Amino acid sequence: MMATSLSERREHYLNISYGVKSWLLTTDHKRIALLYLISITLFFFLGGAFAVLIRLELLTPTGDLLQSETYNKLFTMHGVTMVFFFLIPSIPAVLGNFLVPMMIGARDLAFPRLNLASWYIYTIGGLFTLVAAVAGGVDTGWTFYTPYSTSYANTHVILTAVGIFITGFSSILTGLNFIVTIHTMRAPGLTWFRLPLFIWAQYAASLIMVLGTPVVAIAIVLVALERLLRIGIFDPALGGDPVLFQHLFWFYSHPAVYIMILPAMGVINELITCFSRKRIFGYPFIAFSGLAIALLGFLVWGHHMFLSSQSVYASMVFSILSFLVAIPSAVKVFNWTATLYKGSISYETPMLYAFGFIGLFTVGGLTGLFLATLAVDVHVHDTYFIVAHFHYIMVGGVIMAYLGGIHFWWPKMSGRMYPEGWGRLAALVIFIGFNLTFFPQFLLGYLGMPRRYHIYPPEFQVLNVMSSAGASILGVGYLIPMVYLLWSLRYGAVADPNPWEAKGLEWETPSPPPTANFEKTPVVTEEAYAYWPKEADVG
Amino acid sequence: MPIGRRRPTLAEHHAALAHQFDDLDQQREASSLGMWVFLVTEIMFFGGLFTGYTVYRHAYPEAFADASRRLAVALGAVNTAVLICSSLTMALAVRSAQVGKRRGVIAFLSLTMLLGSAFLVVKGVEYAHKFHDHLVPGATFAFEGPHRPHAELFFSFYFAMTGLHALHMVIGIGILAALVVLSSRGRFSPDDYAAVENTGLYWHFVDIVWIFLFPLLYLISRT
Repeated sequence: MMATSLSERREHYLNISYGVKSWLLTTDHKRIALLYLISITLFFFLGGAFAVLIRLELLTPTGDLLQSETYNKLFTMHGVTMVFFFLIPSIPAVLGNFLVPMMIGARDLAFPRLNLASWYIYTIGGLFTLVAAVAGGVDTGWTFYTPYSTSYANTHVILTAVGIFITGFSSILTGLNFIVTIHTMRAPGLTWFRLPLFIWAQYAASLIMVLGTPVVAIAIVLVALERLLRIGIFDPALGGDPVLFQHLFWFYSHPAVYIMILPAMGVINELITCFSRKRIFGYPFIAFSGLAIALLGFLVWGHHMFLSSQSVYASMVFSILSFLVAIPSAVKVFNWTATLYKGSISYETPMLYAFGFIGLFTVGGLTGLFLATLAVDVHVHDTYFIVAHFHYIMVGGVIMAYLGGIHFWWPKMSGRMYPEGWGRLAALVIFIGFNLTFFPQFLLGYLGMPRRYHIYPPEFQVLNVMSSAGASILGVGYLIPMVYLLWSLRYGAVADPNPWEAKGLEWETPSPPPTANFEKTPVVTEEAYAYWPKEADVG
Repeated sequence: MPIGRRRPTLAEHHAALAHQFDDLDQQREASSLGMWVFLVTEIMFFGGLFTGYTVYRHAYPEAFADASRRLAVALGAVNTAVLICSSLTMALAVRSAQVGKRRGVIAFLSLTMLLGSAFLVVKGVEYAHKFHDHLVPGATFAFEGPHRPHAELFFSFYFAMTGLHALHMVIGIGILAALVVLSSRGRFSPDDYAAVENTGLYWHFVDIVWIFLFPLLYLISRT
């Protein structure tokens, strides 16, 4: 009791000031991370609500709950919300914002006011999209393919597009801030090859944010101009080419997948090493494989367009390049496995999520190779196979890593421990619910069920019921952490500075940290992940 | 043990130093790198339009050449000269800030604004001519000859690209105005003029975009 009241009197970033204004005008990266945490959680549950309605409709082969127009709007809003307002900002804007300065021993990001601006930009973009949803929604699919989006759709395309355009700039500002911070603000002794691999991952993802986002921004501007002024750039009647839109769109939106997955991989490095008490296996390979993914990711967008009038030679090149992305991805998976070897592994909640990530990401990645294969892709194109594939990457991969990271750094962020038993239970429920939801979709797609239809032949019903049942389990799995994490803010055990006995600068400062992060600028004298064996022992 | 930069002592703590940085060198390095990264995003932003332009010019070379002949090369050339001069005055403003000549900063920034505004006026005159000649894409578009639809496409690119460029000019002039006010209040010193320098980088970037736009849009029929 004494200890609690003493530690509560210590000044840290959460209690240094109170009131709405102290949060809305903060430039502290840790507080901005929490602002993002709250906003993206709201969007996550909003996107989840759309998914609930989709899965309810698909319980039966007939369209008895929703009309096709409503269904089209629901899957569009689900995709838009989840991709642009949850997945892309998730790990960078929450965990990255909180951790990048702390992990490199800095007091803040290089541009704290830009960082706050990025949250406001995100929020304004989100409001535009919400208004579009409330006003009647949009039904083009999250991909906004022309000419449907430019000439035929009668829904709120422009409003949604403006929302996404604006939000893109929050992503650009976050990426820019991370790149500059990592280059210029590392603590003394923290050389590039002593950086935690989480930082390398954020750096690689930031490169994509900075290089890719402007391209989708201009593509969206052109769609809006086309709708408003009929300027004809994507309109075949005026000599324009709708496929050009697909090129511009996927030039960003394929690398955007790596904006999501690279930071997730970064989280996994931290979890695997800490809970197996092992030095990371093959540090430089993991570091450079992230950059390789970022680079190759820009060269594979054409694999979304195998059936969009692209020349067969272009398709073959894009197919080969897509296979190449599997190499650096596999390098990471093998290195994590080798890190586990002879480790003293413990099964705390974050580690359960890390194991879930490795398995599900591997399934998602390998089925990606099916899709990169030209002949197979023709068969499964636009079926549930592809829906299952990208949900294995984005939900099984990104959200697993995100939740693992949230649990791992929760003591640091909140100063409280979450209840371990509930944590493990939720991780298990999510894993089971996820597989039950999405594995049947691989089968459905392979059997030929197309995506984006609200009705289907009766023989697909058993698998669809399994999927919907899994989705309800998954939904419960997501609600459990929501409840106990909020509960822990008040009733959780008070956290030590380093409850996991983990390595890394963020654990060398109290939980929660003071506003300036460290009392003195730390000096780094050893490599990252100095668990076992030590650097000196392996040479 | 490799040690990075030297830690500052309290006496070295400069008024212009933001709390997150250790010293002015680090702050300068960060702001300059940040500006360059921002310019990279700008290149990618314009890059989408340049890609589209290239695709269609390759697809419809005659229509694009035909449509290009309707642009006022003389006005475009004048504007190119005006912009290059404005880059010179911008560079002189940065130099003045570097050596701490406040009056020079204000004078050269104002001159840059003036030249930038002159560019926009000429651009406005050109737009007005296009409007009168029914060369603005849309219902009123009129273009004699066999290339009408693809000429309209050319003008779509013309207005999208020069419009986006002009928007950047307007934003740039706004920033210059803010710098003039700040400078007159003595905000900049040789130790701390990153804002002037970064605005200079932005201004030169917008200038360079025009250096590409001018030949691509105005001069293609002359090759």
